[in-house]
Amino acid sequence: MAKDLEDSVAEHEKMIEEVLSAYPKKAQKKRAKHLSTAGAVEEGETEIVSKCDTVKSNVKSVPGVMTIRGCAYAGSKGVVWGPIKDLVHISHGPVGCGHYSWSQRRNYATGTTGVDNFVTFQFTTDFQEKDIVFGGDKKLEKSIDEINELFPLANGVTVQSECPIGLIGDDIEAVARKKKKDIGKTIVPVRCEGFRGVSQSLGHHIANDAVRDWVLEGEGSEYEATDYDVNIIGDYNIGGDAWSSRILLEEIGLNVVGSWSGDATLAEMENAPKAKLNLIHCYRSMNYICRHMEEKHGVPWMEYNFFGPSQIAASLRAIAAKFDKSVQDKAEAVIAKYQPLVDEVLAKYKPRLEGKKVMLYVGGLRPRHVVTAYHDLGMEIAGTGYEFAHGDDYKRTGEYIKEGTLIYDDVTGYELEKFIEQMRPDLVGSGIKEKYPVQKMGIPFRQMHSWDYSGPYHGYDGFAIFARDMDLAINNPVWAMFDAPWKKSA
Amino acid sequence: MSALRQIAFYGKGGIGKSTTSQNTLAALVEMDQKILIVGCDPKADSTRLILNTKMQDTVLHLAAEMGSVEDLELEDVLKVGYKGIKCTESGGPEPGVGCAGRGVITAINFLEENGAYDDVDYVSYDVLGDVVCGGFAMPIRENKAQEIYIVMSGEMMALYAANNISKGILKYANSGGVRLGGLICNERQTDRELDLAEELAKKLGTKLIHFVPRDNTVQHAELRRQTVIQYSPECNQAKEYRQLAEKIHANSGKGVVPTPVTMEELEEMLLDFGIMQSEEDRLAAIAAEETKSA
Repeated sequence: MAKDLEDSVAEHEKMIEEVLSAYPKKAQKKRAKHLSTAGAVEEGETEIVSKCDTVKSNVKSVPGVMTIRGCAYAGSKGVVWGPIKDLVHISHGPVGCGHYSWSQRRNYATGTTGVDNFVTFQFTTDFQEKDIVFGGDKKLEKSIDEINELFPLANGVTVQSECPIGLIGDDIEAVARKKKKDIGKTIVPVRCEGFRGVSQSLGHHIANDAVRDWVLEGEGSEYEATDYDVNIIGDYNIGGDAWSSRILLEEIGLNVVGSWSGDATLAEMENAPKAKLNLIHCYRSMNYICRHMEEKHGVPWMEYNFFGPSQIAASLRAIAAKFDKSVQDKAEAVIAKYQPLVDEVLAKYKPRLEGKKVMLYVGGLRPRHVVTAYHDLGMEIAGTGYEFAHGDDYKRTGEYIKEGTLIYDDVTGYELEKFIEQMRPDLVGSGIKEKYPVQKMGIPFRQMHSWDYSGPYHGYDGFAIFARDMDLAINNPVWAMFDAPWKKSA
Repeated sequence: MSALRQIAFYGKGGIGKSTTSQNTLAALVEMDQKILIVGCDPKADSTRLILNTKMQDTVLHLAAEMGSVEDLELEDVLKVGYKGIKCTESGGPEPGVGCAGRGVITAINFLEENGAYDDVDYVSYDVLGDVVCGGFAMPIRENKAQEIYIVMSGEMMALYAANNISKGILKYANSGGVRLGGLICNERQTDRELDLAEELAKKLGTKLIHFVPRDNTVQHAELRRQTVIQYSPECNQAKEYRQLAEKIHANSGKGVVPTPVTMEELEEMLLDFGIMQSEEDRLAAIAAEETKSA
């Protein structure tokens, strides 16, 4: 089945060259810089186990290829702002962007839909020709008024700009200021026009800046913080991930003030600067606001990883080390408490999954964060890559990835298919667009954006579900029936 | 009926495009031509002299009122003025909001689709100051105006604008077949104005169609919301516009692909005409000024 990782560098180079040979010269040259193999670390380097920041990243995709990337609007509306449940998010512009991004991510949230939870709703100003020609500011004002009347318990409105807003130069900031005065609620204009930047990544940054300028710059909250207050930042509660993370933090004696932006409220954002520590899950999409809170409010931040028992234990200890002994003792107690669950999971699934090879291609965090969860199950990572990561993400990838792993940045549909075809992994973890082509190639697949409608995968509870799901995919008996019966020898 | 001729008037803002075009068209209609005016300026002042009214309802304003352009009827926006000239205005947003360029595109498409161009000999587009975006280039794209007349004067900025508009025409000349019909000089009584206009025409590879002298009658007529042709048909200025109209009528198919010049060449030309001082002359003049005052 899957080939050995030994001598992979030479093999990978040959494979990359073969795959790229289908491109015109210029595209070949450009794409070659995004494909590589995790190399050896320099002597004395202790933080990382391999060198992964050898690929170029966060640059424009080559025209003509099928890229998986999204746009700035997707990064702001879909990722950062969309899950804030008690705000109404207006997709400002023509109807398409809003409609096609409706409930695209599985951001779970408690509350009563339409009363104090609007995550599954879709609001749009539905631009017509006349709004383009005469400007859409009046329509936006009217929409905000209508929302305020229809949904009195919504705590505010965000304006997620689609491309035309930037093209016609509407002054949505002026509308936001005016309406804030009129209705006394937070109104956040976000300049996340889709044409800005090379991927959704700039949308995350713009959205973070909007949090800084239009939420944190406000009057400040009256919340009185305890010494154990922390924020979960960059956990979007896909399938309940933030909930299974929160349980652990609370069990070690911490008080989770805000969870951004999975299952979050406006108040959680406003209270966040009062916390003692920011815990970043998705570094790529929310490091900006954490750096701001560090500078402006003196809140330190650290990254953590709740995928798989090894990383969970390491992260719990690292987090506890920032607090007093009572927290550290509880952390050890929690790790010990869940050890029987971990042992059970490993006893059941490790024999079924050991030695299986995985290829990953996800967004900006999971291509490295889930790696150890696979390692814990005895599985190996044959290749990994990000849609929209930057250089610092690839550097961090080296903390998890072994030497000799294939690395691909902003990989094209064609390249990924070819790599999978040649490497024949036992499992591919990527998105909905990759799922069916890969399965048709006879290779098991799990969606790693949406957890394939399962989850949560964070925390100890999540690990049990993760192990079960991987087993379900890989050891499904359907793969033994892949050959057509008439092609079998009699 | 001869084939439909589509012409457009471009030029620097305030140069007198609307005045010149309306007077010329009023003269053309005397020559039994059927004319449609398409005003492509959010200010919507391209038809007031023909209609003798303050301002007509524009395509875009009516469309916005009714919901969308699909709700509009041609009769709502097409008014008939002096001797049967059909008038439409695209209209557009107030300054500083929205996208006037998109408005022009919407309005022109509406007029075409609804048969405003049927049964006319001339369609004349009157376009605002400069080709600032794709929308204002709409009239010179494929299947629209074939002949562009640039209204200019001896003033430096008007010459710059004429050269810039030529660049715009050149861009679409190969794909859309648009040609530069010629320059129309609207006299501002600057130094050696006629020579300068002819020289620029030569540089652009075209000709000066007509030199329209300055005459206060134009002002008097405008205050009465009339063309000179209507206000004072026998005056000298009316004759000038009739001449211009005849020249344009005879200019069918004689347009050229313009050869716009670089900024340096244009400034050199102004130097040659003594309108602009060279660096040395300017420094000498400043020095002389200083010694005088000292």
